[in-house]
Amino acid sequence: MMTNPGNRITQGQFSFLPDLTDAQITVQIKWALQHGWAVSVEYTDDPHPRNTYWEMFGMPMFDLKDPAGILMEINNCRKTFPRHYIRVMAFNSTRGGESPAMSFIVNRPEKEPGFTLIREERNGRSMGYTVRSYATERPEGERY
Amino acid sequence: MSQSPESAADAVPMVFPDDTPVDLDAEFRASNIQEVLDKLDRELIGLKPVKTRIRETAALLLVDRLRRKLNLSSGAPTLHMSFTGNPGTGKTTVALRMAEILHRLGYVREGHLVSVTRDDLVGQYIGHTAPKTREVIKKAMGGVLFIDEAYYLYKPENERDYGAESIEILLQVMENNRDDLVVILAGYKNRMDQFFHSNPGMRSRIAHHIDFPDYGADELLAIAKLMLAAQNYCFSPEGEKAFAEYIRLRMKLEHFANARSIRNALDRARLRQANRLFARSGNKLTKLDLITLEAEDIRASRVFQEGKLDRDGDEMVGKDGHAANIRPSPVCRQAGGEGKT
Repeated sequence: MMTNPGNRITQGQFSFLPDLTDAQITVQIKWALQHGWAVSVEYTDDPHPRNTYWEMFGMPMFDLKDPAGILMEINNCRKTFPRHYIRVMAFNSTRGGESPAMSFIVNRPEKEPGFTLIREERNGRSMGYTVRSYATERPEGERY
Repeated sequence: MSQSPESAADAVPMVFPDDTPVDLDAEFRASNIQEVLDKLDRELIGLKPVKTRIRETAALLLVDRLRRKLNLSSGAPTLHMSFTGNPGTGKTTVALRMAEILHRLGYVREGHLVSVTRDDLVGQYIGHTAPKTREVIKKAMGGVLFIDEAYYLYKPENERDYGAESIEILLQVMENNRDDLVVILAGYKNRMDQFFHSNPGMRSRIAHHIDFPDYGADELLAIAKLMLAAQNYCFSPEGEKAFAEYIRLRMKLEHFANARSIRNALDRARLRQANRLFARSGNKLTKLDLITLEAEDIRASRVFQEGKLDRDGDEMVGKDGHAANIRPSPVCRQAGGEGKT
């Protein structure tokens, strides 16, 4: 049964929606900036859901007032890694918060092969399960 | 199904008949621009040519906005500017106001001013400059980037200087992100001319060259009174006379930095006033004593006694005549905040 046609990975915000347009991304970033969150751009080609730390594309951007600068970085990143996953993250640095407040994907590969379910037979009749992306069968940088 | 009005307007721009009435006055009132211009008139003494130029620019932008409403597109106007003038003639203050005006007219989205110098743009080793410059530009987006003493970016005597790289990135951004930020370059007249001469690309991308004249003695006195009023001080009648005389003497001495010298002189006068009040302790003081600067506070200056500069304050003016380290470097200042004259 295909519950997720096209195997689009669903991580972070808005991932069940169609891809955001640049105008929509701008509005989301504006929201983050209004809260004083530091926005950063990150990329990866390992779509596993437990892959928490993606590569940073440049430093997190502090003290910005306007989303145009971040959109410029996003487009730079898209140009450099056109077939990678790219996400925009907003970090809330207030004491007690100190964690990502927003995270959404702004770029994904054209074809996402999805995941395979691996079953492991263990002692007795117990089973172990794990998932593995078809894409990660190839080395980093050649996956999509 | 009929199309919705917006999508119809998107598809074919509506053409208005030539006799469509336009309400310039209503647009003018709606932009609240008069308020900013009045504030400019009130808080900035003198600077006639600058004010005229700002008024013209504001008018152009307003008319441009009306034209856009009637679908008469003429491309986004180039708003990059260069402010030239001697130290202390109010370039930074006007830049702050400019940011506010552009914000009111909707040409910049946020209306903040990011004030930088060479140090904030140029890196110390290979590969450091580009990210540094870009970071500053990103901070300024949606507002105004004010580059003070911009000619230091270009050092012709050292061909390996990283400043050129910074200029290149700036040029690129000034061209491609014209609707994201406005760049204002500031500096002394002749050095800026030299800078533009050796960077023709920069010259051609800057539409407005505004020259700031030096202040006259009466204008400086008016500025002094304005500064004191902002700090809840005032001159006694003799104090005012003494200060007028001080200005006259000070203007003849070297390193005269217009309003900045006046501010420093006032700071020193406040110091002497506090001292004088202490020396008289025992006597009853009133509120009036706390706010009044007397003639003796001003006449104690070395300018009167020896015809020389006071030891503190004015020494911040470097030996080749430009102010060193007086401005706080890159700070985001909200338009409409405290302007320093």
